[in-house]
Amino acid sequence: MSAALIVRSAGPGPSVQDRGRPGWLAEGLSRGGAADPLALAEGAALLRQPVDCAALEMAGIGGTFEAEGDLVLALTGAPMRATLDGAPVVWNATHALRAGQRLVIGAAEAGVYGYLHVAGGFATPLRMGSRAAHLTAGLGAPVAAGERLPVGAPSGAARPGLVLDAADRFRGGTVRIVPSAQTGLFSPEDRARFAATDFVRDTRGNRQGVRLVHDGAPFAAAGQLNILSEIIVPGDIQMTGDGTPYVLLPECQTMGGYPRIGTVVPDDLPLVAQAAPGTRLRFRFVGLDEALADYRQRRQGEAARLAAGVRPLVRDPAGMADLLSYQLVGGVTAGDDLGEGE
Amino acid sequence: MTSAADPDDTVRPDRFPQTVPMGLSGMLVRFSDRMDDAANRAALAFRAGVEAEAWEGVEETATSLGSVFLRFDPLRTDHDALAERVTGLLARCDWYAAKLPPGRRLWHIPALFGGPEAPQIEEAASLAGLTPDAAVAELTARPVRVLTIGFAPGLPYMGPLPPHWDIPRQTALTPTLPAGAVVVAVRQVIIFPTATPTGWRHVGQTGFRGFRPEAAAPFPLRAGDEVRFHAVTAEELHRLRAEDPEGGGARSEALR
Repeated sequence: MSAALIVRSAGPGPSVQDRGRPGWLAEGLSRGGAADPLALAEGAALLRQPVDCAALEMAGIGGTFEAEGDLVLALTGAPMRATLDGAPVVWNATHALRAGQRLVIGAAEAGVYGYLHVAGGFATPLRMGSRAAHLTAGLGAPVAAGERLPVGAPSGAARPGLVLDAADRFRGGTVRIVPSAQTGLFSPEDRARFAATDFVRDTRGNRQGVRLVHDGAPFAAAGQLNILSEIIVPGDIQMTGDGTPYVLLPECQTMGGYPRIGTVVPDDLPLVAQAAPGTRLRFRFVGLDEALADYRQRRQGEAARLAAGVRPLVRDPAGMADLLSYQLVGGVTAGDDLGEGE
Repeated sequence: MTSAADPDDTVRPDRFPQTVPMGLSGMLVRFSDRMDDAANRAALAFRAGVEAEAWEGVEETATSLGSVFLRFDPLRTDHDALAERVTGLLARCDWYAAKLPPGRRLWHIPALFGGPEAPQIEEAASLAGLTPDAAVAELTARPVRVLTIGFAPGLPYMGPLPPHWDIPRQTALTPTLPAGAVVVAVRQVIIFPTATPTGWRHVGQTGFRGFRPEAAAPFPLRAGDEVRFHAVTAEELHRLRAEDPEGGGARSEALR
């Protein structure tokens, strides 16, 4: 029997995600896929496997998992407190999970979406070319307690005890936006005010999009109520009826009639998706030429750059309470490098 | 198109068609900013024109009621290069007068109008100034065109219905209508692919599924197709649904 990950308990609505299902916009299905695509790429680099392997996306809190067969796994995205048979394990790292061992992933310390990857990827059924659950479209379903997630054949390249320095995108910040189809319907004054406003991620948000709140006047576009519905895409910032922005994420609808003040550039969208409720965000308009140049530069050798950032997880033996009880390169730490204790 | 970076130049409300950037990897070609049959036909024809060109870097196209969206790979092309090609193609003919693209189908879809399974036909007919019988006769007399598909997967906006069908949405939402429900508002008809809350009025019921995730062709309808409703009794609808759980007895033929 091939290996599998058994889900003993799970937080709210974890789902299997990959890079989504592009190409169905004309049929009304948005791309979907991981809310933080960079976390998928990081998991692939850590496990030395293709970036299209499916992973488990966990929103806010993880769950309890057991291995059926020996697994190598990686943890990326929003850092969550995790233990393996009771011993703390490092985030953004690979670990061995042997048959019967128990991995417990707790709440996110920052950010929203954490990812559990396995060497070989999850081999759940392909639907319309992807394993990604598209919850708003009714494609697939959240992963529930008791479920057995089959694991694909690993390449053999994955090793436990590797770590990656991940870009911190879990605490909000400034997000770059470029013009969208209705940017010109907003007055120059309102666009300037938009770029000067501190927004806070509202409690309302999911894989479709997140609502932002701010102090001060609402933002309205000319002819706001009479806009003919047009295609909308992830990253678009819709100004909803009450004049508060709503940033669209991978499971957004495909058409909408709310005016859009701009579109978040793809490399900055994880900052929005990973903003937990209460996180501060600001927006900065950049020209298309500048945004394109930056996008192209980042794509050059991206996979190789991520792979080059993967290094052995080494710990300072002086910090270990009982040196003999630890594998020196095993991904298990004494816990004091994870910040405060329980 | 050096203007792309300046938001003030991205919308010129007096002139159509307009070509505007939509984010880093998108471009919108807008034929109207209001519901207009000629603009919808232009969008359908122009999208087929773009598909036929198979431009380098264009990964996906889609229409809405009055516009065409092009998604491209920013590593292979950019807004300036694409805008130039779009402008050239726009100039090639009068797209508002262009023939609808080939490959469209005419669908015949059995539908039950009225009764407990489609309870708002009287209300909708009254708003359109018709008797319920006359309303059903108009809804079944001739095909409606799939103007666009979207909002939800496989959800077709069909029309245009005659002007007296310009009835508003309800102010209150109906909490949920079943899959296959036929609803009307603003000169348009929708068949819901899945159970949906709505402000549109529930005038008919079909056994037609517009989204079939497990099927080889998950989306039976395409923008530009025509749909003709055929009134059936409740008994016929139930029999058709039992015989054909996904299609509800619908059949299609090629349009020439």
